[in-house]
Amino acid sequence: MSSLLRLTTAGSVDDGKSTLVGRLLHDTHSILSDQLAAVHRATRARGGDALDLALLTDGLRAEREQGITIDVAYRYFATPARTFVLADCPGHVQYTRNTVTGASTAELAVVLVDARRGVVEQTRRHLAVMAFLRVPHVVLAVNKMDLVAFEEATFRRIEAQFAAAAHALGAPEVLAVPLSALHGDNVVTRSARTPWYGGPTLLEHLETVPTGCQALNGPMRFPVQLVLRPRTSSHPDYRGLAGRVASGVMEVGEEVIALPCGVRSTVVGIDTPDGPLQRAAAGESVTVRLADEIDVGRGEVLASPEHAPRALTELAADLCWLAERPLRCGARVLIKHGTRTVRAMVTALTGRLDLDTLSHTEPPAALELNEIGGAWIRLAEPLAVDPYATNRHTGGFLVIDPATGDTLAAGLVGVDPLPHPATPHPATRN
Amino acid sequence: MTAIMTAPVTVEKDHLAVLESEAVHIIREVIAEFDRPVLLFSGGKDSAVLLHLALRAVHPAPAPFPLLHVDTGHNFPEVIAYRNRLVADLGLQLHVAAVQDWIDDGRLVERPDGTRNPLQTIPLLDTINQHRFDAVLGGARRDEDRARAKERIVSLRDAFGGWDPRRQRPELWNLYNGRHQPGEHVRVFPLSNWTELDVWRYIARRRVPVASIYFAHDREVFAREGMWLTAGEWGGPRDGERIVTKRVRYRTVGDASCTGAVESSAATIDEVLAEVASSRITERGATRADDRLSEAAMEDRKREGYF
Repeated sequence: MSSLLRLTTAGSVDDGKSTLVGRLLHDTHSILSDQLAAVHRATRARGGDALDLALLTDGLRAEREQGITIDVAYRYFATPARTFVLADCPGHVQYTRNTVTGASTAELAVVLVDARRGVVEQTRRHLAVMAFLRVPHVVLAVNKMDLVAFEEATFRRIEAQFAAAAHALGAPEVLAVPLSALHGDNVVTRSARTPWYGGPTLLEHLETVPTGCQALNGPMRFPVQLVLRPRTSSHPDYRGLAGRVASGVMEVGEEVIALPCGVRSTVVGIDTPDGPLQRAAAGESVTVRLADEIDVGRGEVLASPEHAPRALTELAADLCWLAERPLRCGARVLIKHGTRTVRAMVTALTGRLDLDTLSHTEPPAALELNEIGGAWIRLAEPLAVDPYATNRHTGGFLVIDPATGDTLAAGLVGVDPLPHPATPHPATRN
Repeated sequence: MTAIMTAPVTVEKDHLAVLESEAVHIIREVIAEFDRPVLLFSGGKDSAVLLHLALRAVHPAPAPFPLLHVDTGHNFPEVIAYRNRLVADLGLQLHVAAVQDWIDDGRLVERPDGTRNPLQTIPLLDTINQHRFDAVLGGARRDEDRARAKERIVSLRDAFGGWDPRRQRPELWNLYNGRHQPGEHVRVFPLSNWTELDVWRYIARRRVPVASIYFAHDREVFAREGMWLTAGEWGGPRDGERIVTKRVRYRTVGDASCTGAVESSAATIDEVLAEVASSRITERGATRADDRLSEAAMEDRKREGYF
């Protein structure tokens, strides 16, 4: 049985990220001969001689012409132990929103650094995004070690710089790997040129890092997607709540509360097309039947009454602003959380993350493209939320422009929000 | 549905189970949030798996969406028979947008080379507009092509059906933003994260019915540009191309004039799985002349509104 790991990569321009991804695909035998032949042809057409693995991943015409990556590219490779879904994110500052996209679903992030340049501003920015979105595992790939003669001192210096930044941002523990994507050292095969390095190769780490722990061990959350009422001759009275368990485990017989409506009932059946289940765990798509004919539909979250999420009309949140037009106080937006979308207004900006000092500034006048900051949001209807820090699935939301429908920001429900600059809001402390 | 199955709660789930649950979640979001969804059904294995997942998503309720087949007119009879049987057995509603109709009334002109895959875009867009479909479920996978690798799961299309890769919305967590203006629609790809091998493993696991031409059979074919093509009124064999009988199977199902067969003796699902797992060439590279046009063939077609 092979499990699945979603990972993302981030690096500055010319850190060799596309080459690293190409190397992972190549050395795990995930590139087929016609793809390889196409890369050989394209390499020659551009006047190159050594195989340019970056050409494997640059998918759009503009990317190949300009030699840069613009959009997230998804790549698939597998070993006997694991199947990998890799979101390959571009390095340019203006594409931070794509890094956010890739990081939001990732359980592991590989951040690349050029061994000759060490930690640069873009590295901090990528690390900030990974820490912000609480990617559970971060790997520092110190690339181009061949260009610094595989010197241990260089590697250790960069490792320490990165660890300091990670600590300041509250990122989880970091594994640093010295490698050369171009030559393959420590990517899939262990390098003889780094005898001083005792850790795993990049792939060994990817194959063994634990996955899915937070979602499985959290309290049960089941956002209802839709109500199934077949009204057919074989199922005249069937009423099931279709959804995917967001966290924890749901069991037949357990009492649940639906939020925000607050109605309680008991799970009497968990159905799948293959037959009923006794329980369903985080990640499983099932259909739930309740004991009572209650009016619970899309937008409600089923949860254990003892560990229920809070139904709030005022959110303290962190936002990563992804739109060209800056966010200002008073903006009217839509919040999409789980299976519910509500109207909302941003009532205050509480701070902005300064990437140089890695600390929060005074309340800013606006939040600009790619900036991370705190905000208060008033909701037209309550949402049943968890702090993002404890539950990625029920603590994250989208900020949407009601006029254009565009996604404006990634939002995270805060744990210990900064105080609202106007008045305290006891409603948020329930 | 009498025996209670107990699913063991393990930390790491089988990756195919994860992909299945993800696809069902996506399909349910579409059914819940859109007024007029439609499922693109080509008769190929990806649309067979997509349909299977869509029916799982609403089980035990009937399908709340019709199927749409964009028919190039260059069909494998086995695929049409398979399609019709499936539609009848499952009681589904099927719309057919026939490229021939568009050619007959002058809205489209036959290409000099006779291939019709690029001609599917206009009938597709016209049919979407005519029925005011607002969400179009498709079986495209990101592993198929470099441009598709950059596609979102829920992808906004403008009023002309066009895809602008630079204006794609960030797609965060599993929150899909399908808001669109009147006249626009979204394309939704629940199999985005599947590979060809995953599709075959899933067909084997869930016993998903697929067209018979995916399995080895004897066929009269002729060689062109390194592919085995089926003889037909649409362009083959030409002078100098000789018909021979080969034991072949298809890895993709597309327009019969440009979809090649591969020599194979894989007659069962297990044999096909073994063959796909050991193949050293991609399914599109092996069997699709339409994707050999240029480095950016798929990107260009997608920008114009192709699947």
